[in-house]
This record gives sequence, C-alpha cells and structure tokens, in this order.
Amino acid sequence: MMRALKRLSPAARLAWVGLLTVLAGVAFMTWNVRAGWAFTLPFRGEKLVAIALVGYCIAISTVLFQTLTHNRILTPGIMGFDALYLLLQSVLVFSLGNLFYVQINAQLKWLLDVAVMTGAVCALYYWLFVRQRRDLHLLVLVGLIFGVLFRSFTSLITRMMDPAEFDALQDVMFASFNQIDGSLLGISLLVAAIVSALLWRARYAYDVLNLGDDPAITLGLDQRTLVMRTLVGIAILVSIATALVGPVTFFGLLVANLAYALAGTHQHRYVLPLAGLLATAILIGGQAILEHLLHFGTGLSILIEFGGGLFFILLVIRQGRRS
Amino acid sequence: MSVNTLSLPKRRLPLWWLALPVFLLLFALSLLIGVAELHLTQLGERDLQILLISRLPRTLALVLAGMSLAVAGLLMQMLARNRFVEPSTTGTVECAMLGLLLVTLLAPAMPVMGKMLIASVFALAGSLVFMALLRAVPLHSTVMVPLIGIMFGGVVGAVIAFIAYRLNLMQSVANWTNGDFSAILRGRYELLWIGAALAVIAYLTADRFTVAGMGRDFATNLGLNYRWVLLFGLAIVSMISAVTVVTTGVIPFLGLVVPNVVSLMMGDHLRRSLPWVAIMGAALVLACDILGRLLRYPYEIPIGTVFGVIGSAFFIYLLLRRSEGRS
Amino acid sequence: MIEIRNLSKRYGDSTVIDNVSLDLADAGITAIIGPNGAGKSTLLGMISRLQSIDAGTVHIDGLDITATPSMTLARKLAILRQENQISTRLRVIDLVTFGRYPYCKGRPGPEDLEQVQRALAFLNLDDLAQRFLDTLSGGQRQRAYIAMVLCQDTDYVLLDEPLNNLDMKHAVDIMQLMQRASQAMGKKVIIVLHDINFAACYADDIVALQNGKLAFQGHPEALITADKMKALYDIDMTIERFKGRPIGLYYA
Repeated sequence: MMRALKRLSPAARLAWVGLLTVLAGVAFMTWNVRAGWAFTLPFRGEKLVAIALVGYCIAISTVLFQTLTHNRILTPGIMGFDALYLLLQSVLVFSLGNLFYVQINAQLKWLLDVAVMTGAVCALYYWLFVRQRRDLHLLVLVGLIFGVLFRSFTSLITRMMDPAEFDALQDVMFASFNQIDGSLLGISLLVAAIVSALLWRARYAYDVLNLGDDPAITLGLDQRTLVMRTLVGIAILVSIATALVGPVTFFGLLVANLAYALAGTHQHRYVLPLAGLLATAILIGGQAILEHLLHFGTGLSILIEFGGGLFFILLVIRQGRRS
Repeated sequence: MSVNTLSLPKRRLPLWWLALPVFLLLFALSLLIGVAELHLTQLGERDLQILLISRLPRTLALVLAGMSLAVAGLLMQMLARNRFVEPSTTGTVECAMLGLLLVTLLAPAMPVMGKMLIASVFALAGSLVFMALLRAVPLHSTVMVPLIGIMFGGVVGAVIAFIAYRLNLMQSVANWTNGDFSAILRGRYELLWIGAALAVIAYLTADRFTVAGMGRDFATNLGLNYRWVLLFGLAIVSMISAVTVVTTGVIPFLGLVVPNVVSLMMGDHLRRSLPWVAIMGAALVLACDILGRLLRYPYEIPIGTVFGVIGSAFFIYLLLRRSEGRS
Repeated sequence: MIEIRNLSKRYGDSTVIDNVSLDLADAGITAIIGPNGAGKSTLLGMISRLQSIDAGTVHIDGLDITATPSMTLARKLAILRQENQISTRLRVIDLVTFGRYPYCKGRPGPEDLEQVQRALAFLNLDDLAQRFLDTLSGGQRQRAYIAMVLCQDTDYVLLDEPLNNLDMKHAVDIMQLMQRASQAMGKKVIIVLHDINFAACYADDIVALQNGKLAFQGHPEALITADKMKALYDIDMTIERFKGRPIGLYYA
C-alpha cells in the first residue's frame, strides 16, 4: 500500500484526493435525508459551498504563509490573524456605532472589514517578519500572545459597548460550522476566485521563494513585492474564512503539513490545490460524520482544535529533536 | 560589556520601596470606589455594612489573589528555569479547570474545599506533564518552553470546551478563566487565604527555589534534593492556581509580568525579591480592578479582561526587548 | 581518598564507563585526560553523585556516595560542571554566598560571610561582587562559579573542563589558583582537562581514559611520552621539556 502510494505521480495523487473530496461531498449531501430533496439539496448545498470555501481559504493561506516565513509550524491562525479580524470588527462597531453597522449593506460592510484587515495585517506582519527578522519560535510565541492581546482587546471593547452593539458582534465571535452567514457567500466566492487567480500566477515564484529569501533574490526574484502581494492575498483569504465561520486556530497547520506529506513534492502547483481539496474533504467529511453518524452537531471546531494542538506539540518536539 | 557596576546604594532607599505607599494608596482607593455611596465623614450603620460585607472582602480578595498569583509565577519561572512561564502558560491553570469541571459534573455537592483539593491534584498532574514535555524536547531556545506550555494548555482547553459545550457549562468555564471580583462578598473569598499562606511558605523556603533556579547540578552540588524541591514548588504553584480558579478566576500573565519587572530591578535572590513580587502583584491587581470599575462606571469590566490587554502587551514587549538585547 | 571500584555506566547499548577502578589520593591535583567521548565528564559526574551509577561503587573518605545524605556530601565535595547556564539574575556575591548553603541553609553567619570574602578575594572578584552574573564576561563568570565552589570549603574540588572558553591568560590564572588551593589550602583538586599540556604542567597525578576504560594512571613524567600519547590519542607527538616538565608538541 505504502509502496504503491510512493509510485504515484503528484498529479495522480491530486486526482485521488479530488476523488476523496467528491465522495465526502456526496456523503454530506445525501446522508440521512429526511426532509425531502427539494428542501435538503439547497439547504445543504449552501452549507457545503460555505464549508468548502472556508477549508480552501484556510488551506491556501496557510501554505503560502509558510512559504513566506520558511517554516512548517506557523499559520495565520496561530499568528492571531483571525483574532485581529474580530478585533477590527469590534473596533469598527464601537467607533462607527451600531446604527451605521446594521444599516449599511452586508456586502459593503464586509468589504470594509476586509480592507481594514488587509491594511492591518500587512502593517503588523511586514514589520514583524521583514523588518525584524527574528528567530522562528520567538515569532510563534509573539503571534500567540498577539492573539491573546487581540482577543482581550475585543472583549474589553465589547464590554464597553451597549448591549445592542454587542448583539451585532456576538455571532461572529465563536467558530461554528453550523451557523454560516449565507448572505456573504456570493461575494466571498467572487473575491476568493479573483485572489486565487492572482496568487496562482506566482506558483513557480513560490517554489523559488521556498529556497529562502536570499537565494530567491539571487535568482532574480522581486522578493519584496511578492511577499507584500502574497500577504495581501493571505489577509483577504483569512478574512473570508473568519467572516464565514469565525476563528479556527489549528486547522491550517494540520492541512498544510498533511498536504506536503501527501503531495510528495514541494512544488506549489501541486501542493496548493491538494491542500485546498484536502481541507474541503476533511471539513465536509468530518462534519458529515459528526452530524449524521455521531449526532454531534457542533463539535467539529473543538475537535479540530484538540487534534491540531496535539499535532503542533508533536511537530515542535520532532523539530527540536532534529535541529 | 557595560561599565556600570550596578552597586547597591547603601543609604538611599531604592526605588522599589515606592511600591509600598502605592500599594497602601490603592488599597484605600479600592475601599472607597464603588457604585454604592459611602459617607466616610459620618460613618453610619449602612456604610459600615457596605464596607464590611462588600468592599473590604473584595479588596482583600484582590490583594490575596494578586500576591499569590505573582508568587506562583515567580516559583514556576525558577522551577522551569525560564523567564517566560507562569501557571497559565504551562497548562497548570487549564488542568485545574479540568479537575474543577469534572468535580462539578460528578460530585456537585462536594464542599468547596474538596473541589479545590481535587483541582489542585489535577493542576499538579498537569504541571508534571509539562515538565515531562520539557524533558522530551531538547531546548534550543528559551521561547520554546512557554510555546509548548501554551499548546499543552490549548489541548487541555479543547477537552474542557468539548465537555462544557456538550453539557452547557460554558458559562462557568468562562468565569474560571477570566478573573472577576465584582461578585466577591464576605464568605465567598476566604479560600484565597490559603493562597496567601502558600505564598508565605514559599517565602520561608525561598533559598531552596533560588538554588533550584540555578539548575539540577548546582542544586545537587549544594546538597539539595532537586526532585523534592521541584515537586514541592510545583505543589505550591498548583494549589495557588486551583484556589484562584475556584474562587475568582485566574488573571492570565500576572505571574509573568510582575516577577519579570522585579527581576529587572533587583535580581532573582528570592529571599530578597519575593516580598516585593507579592506587594507589586497585589498593587497591580488592585490598580487594574479599580480601572475596570471606573472605565465604564457604573458598570464594571472584569479584571481578567483589563489585565489581558495590559499583560499580553507587556509580554510581547518583554519578548521583543529580550531578543533585541541579544542580537 | 576517593576509591572507585568496578564503576560502569551505560546509555542504551553504548557503555560510557566500563568497569573502572582507581584510587585518588587526598592531596594534590589529579587531571583526567582522554580523547573525546572517553567518558571523562561521566566519570566526574558519577563521582560527584550528579549522575547515577549503573554498577560499582564510589567511596569518599570511606563514605559510600549512594548511601550518604546529599547534604553531608555537599560538605565533603564540590563540583563545577562544564555547562553552567544560570538564567536567574543573581549578584556575584549572592552566588558565592550560596556556596555556604550546605552549612548555613541560607542564613549565613559571620564565619560564613568571612569565607565568602576570602573566596572573592582569592579569585580577584572584589570589584565585581555587586554585579549581576549576566553582565559579566565568560571568564569573569567562570571565576565566580569557581569562587562559589571554593566557598563550599570542601576537601575535594571537582572541575569539569573549567578552561573551556577561556583565553590563555585566564586559563593559566585558573590553573595557578588551583595549584594554590591545593598547596596552601590543602584541597584535593580533580580536574578534567582537554589540553594535555596543562595536565603535564600542573597535575601531580594523571588519569587517562579511553573508550570508557582506564588506560593509564600515574605521574606526568611517566605518562606524557610519545608512545603513550600515540596509543591514547592516535597522533604522533614530540615530547620536549619545559620548566622541568614534559610538554607534548602535536601541532604539525
């Protein structure tokens, strides 16, 4: 079995994972249908698309973030990106007022969130990664603590708010794959598609960047521009995922590392789609199993945190052993 | 190499003595500030009631929790030989919470003292697991230590969230993590005196912990049973964590901020520095709680939230400052 | 007198110390030499109870080290290991005072403080006494550690490669200090050395280890010879004489 897997080409592996994803999707759509197809298909369909999109965004943003930072244990989630998104939202509600926030059109509001988020991520992480050049573990720790800082700040601001303002925020504060905001699905898909297309164009450049910053520059890559552009893309993808389901810290770590292991190559043109498909398969399949087999509606995000946390410790221990 | 010799000024009182009047001032302020009005000039029956039932217990609870959490952080730093740990970055607090959650589920009628003891046992077990994890990782960098601790805490936290979510106990769990003193009345904080007693015990045995902080070889060379000191210290830390989880909820990063500041001022000779860690811990907690009471008067913001912002910002500053000095 | 009998230590499959027996007299300087991985540090660690013993015994002045309370041993023998990373912020004087811990349990009396002053003076640390360890240079810190170990006022002082990371002047200083400590204060110094010529110049007695086994023990005169060095280090050495002592030249 293992030997058979080893012989597969990256393209064939990609196809297998694709098949797995389709199977998971079919299971998700057709398992335990009770309410009649006319109701179930659109209802589950919307959820399916949303979950797939979330998985995809987390996977792509993590793989690229790891390429930018040349490591396998950092993810945007661990670095506090999604906590930052929540903080920005609460700051917006607090400073602009509840009325403005509720009255403006949901898509417009979302675009505003994403724009502010992108600016903040680029400023903060450009400073942290490009200007400071610290050692990796320090950055992880700083990122984790930034997450705590953002979350505390968010809760401080929400405490300062009127109860009505607080209500407007509350549903985005916790990760849940059950309450997905359908109104944002269309615009999210559109933006994700545009961003993906732009990022995809640099797939060969990312392979070069993987060698390290200095070799990349030596090989004639405009490393600074590429890093900045990619950071913008990552910020947008994270905003999409967080706006749809809320913060998920460890999922990206799990998926990105599994994707590298399964792809058997470091080439981004295989790893990126494979990570996207794998994330979708895991989320959809996991949700289907939890919901229909185990009858746990809401445990998926918690299970992911649990498994992801254990996985992280293992990864750190293994890395510590090697270096 | 820096040229300044850092010699102690012999006659003038050092700067840190300022902490004492500041602490007393904050103590008095904490007694005076609150929603119910106090008439100090003509102290009536009602004013006395407010003072004795609500204000004084709350202020004492703040002082006791601040003292003991700061001391717990200091001990943890000595035992793990790392500047960046405290009970909430080693999984100790999460394990105490897990213990408390299980008792709440399985034996809800148990007296609070028993709950506290069980939470302590869980906390101790968690601290020992953390120490074992540290041994499993060859430590190339000091920031790895808190990193592993935080991850370990996260995993235990996920278990807690899972149980609590299924059984609708999220609300209580949130109270344990996020220190809040607004509901403290007479009769609901006295367990914290145990924490203070443990801090005193830590002071009486301070030299052992200073020596343990120098490492196993140094400690053994000086005739100390390193293992026992480790276990003894972890037991103190675990019990302090459990006591605060059970009564008021922990204040994350307090045990990290205060000992680091004190260490910068006067070093790590525990018999000298531990009392100041306790006083400054108490003062900082008082200050943050007062701030929480005033920020959105007459409503209150829990101290865990106020300190979450201050503490994490300070932690980041410590981390970045340290590596700047090195490179 | 330290009596070592049939001492062994294993890590998994590899035997680090293999059935070593030897006696160390209770005066003078004994140097332990040998190639990398010969087990020098492990031997020292086992003699000083910092590392556990898999087989065999160590007796110090008749006391079995596995059966004697650690506190009693702390007044008999002091050890300084190779890597001493103290992350706590301590002043030099505090560190040295902790050398009195086995006697005063952290409450130093006038005699203890006198010892501390003597140790500080002996290592020329008077001016640095109030400095924090983390503000010192490597050589200064090494001297502070040695002052602590001397302050323990034990009959036996064990040092594991104390000359690592020291420049030539400081290395010579430390060796001369050890010579004085042994001659003037009557201490037994057991020291692991990397550089055989330091051993040749200062030691009264040399123990050579190879692959965890005792290769030779004896006076430098008898030991620092071309064929013994060839057998021990697998390198051709020319032996010259310097101030009445043998010196090995092996640089080319």
